[in-house]
Amino acid sequence: MLRYRVIPVLLLKNNGLVKTTRFRKPIYIGDPINAVKIFNDKEVDELVLLDITATINKREPDYLRIEEIVSEAFMPIGYGGGLIN
Amino acid sequence: MGNLGSIVNMINRIGYCSEITSDISKITSAEKIILPGVGSFDKAMQNIVNLGLLDVIKTKALENKTPILGICLGMQLMCKNSEEGKEPGLGLIDAEVKKFSFPLDKKLKIPHMGWNLVSTRKDNALFLKMYLEPRFYFVHSYHVVCNNSNDVLSTTNYGFDFHSSFANRNIFGVQFHPEKSHKFGMLLLKNFIENF
Repeated sequence: MLRYRVIPVLLLKNNGLVKTTRFRKPIYIGDPINAVKIFNDKEVDELVLLDITATINKREPDYLRIEEIVSEAFMPIGYGGGLIN
Repeated sequence: MGNLGSIVNMINRIGYCSEITSDISKITSAEKIILPGVGSFDKAMQNIVNLGLLDVIKTKALENKTPILGICLGMQLMCKNSEEGKEPGLGLIDAEVKKFSFPLDKKLKIPHMGWNLVSTRKDNALFLKMYLEPRFYFVHSYHVVCNNSNDVLSTTNYGFDFHSSFANRNIFGVQFHPEKSHKFGMLLLKNFIENF
C-alpha cells in the first residue's frame, strides 16, 4: 500500500458519463459500462463514480444501476452523489 | 451482490461459466465451489445453516474432495471459529480467525483496506505463472491464523505478516478479493479453475 494509486473519476449525469470543464459545459462521452470495460483493460487501481445530478434532483443513489456498473468492474469502485444519510 | 456479479463476470471473461446459487442439488453436482462472503461471521454461518447448506458444503469439501475456494469472509467461514462471532465455522481447515489489533504506538487503521502485496510461502498451482510482485485488494478487519504452517500459502504485511491465503489439498482460502484485483485476480481464478 505504498504505491501511488491511479483512480479515475467518472461523472455520471442521468445515465451517461460526462466530462466537464471547471464543472461546466458537460460533454457526453458515453455509457458507464463501456468506460468501466476500458478501465478494466487499462488496469487502473480503483474507480470513483460520482452521480452529479442526484443531489440537485433530490434523488437517492440508483442502487440497481450502481450494482450493474460495479459488477462489470474488476477493481473496487467508490461512489458519491445523493448520499443523504 | 456487486461482488458476486464481479466473480461471475471475471470467470466469464476467462472463458468459463459459473452460477450463483444456494440450491442443494446444484451445489452437490458442482465441479468446483467458490464460497464468497461479505458481512459478518455469525450472520453468514446462520444463513448457511438456515439454507440447509452446511452438510452439502462439508461433504463436498471433506469427502468428495471437490476444489473449494473461500474468498474474504468465505475464507474465514472455512475456519474452526472466529473472534467476530459465537457460531462455529465450517471447520474445513485447522485455523482460527482473529481481529487485527495493534500496539498503541503502531496503530494502523482497521479495516485493512486497499491494495497490498502478497508473498507466497510455498509452491502451489493457485499462483502458477503469477506476475511478479502480485498485489490484490483487501478489505477486512479480521484475519485468519493457520495452526499448521504447512497450510499457509501466502502472507501479506499489515503491521506484521499475516496469513493472506491458505491451501490444503482441495481446500483454498484467500483473504483478498480476486474479483476486484483485475489481472492478478483473473489469473488466480483461472488457475483455480484449470489446475485443480
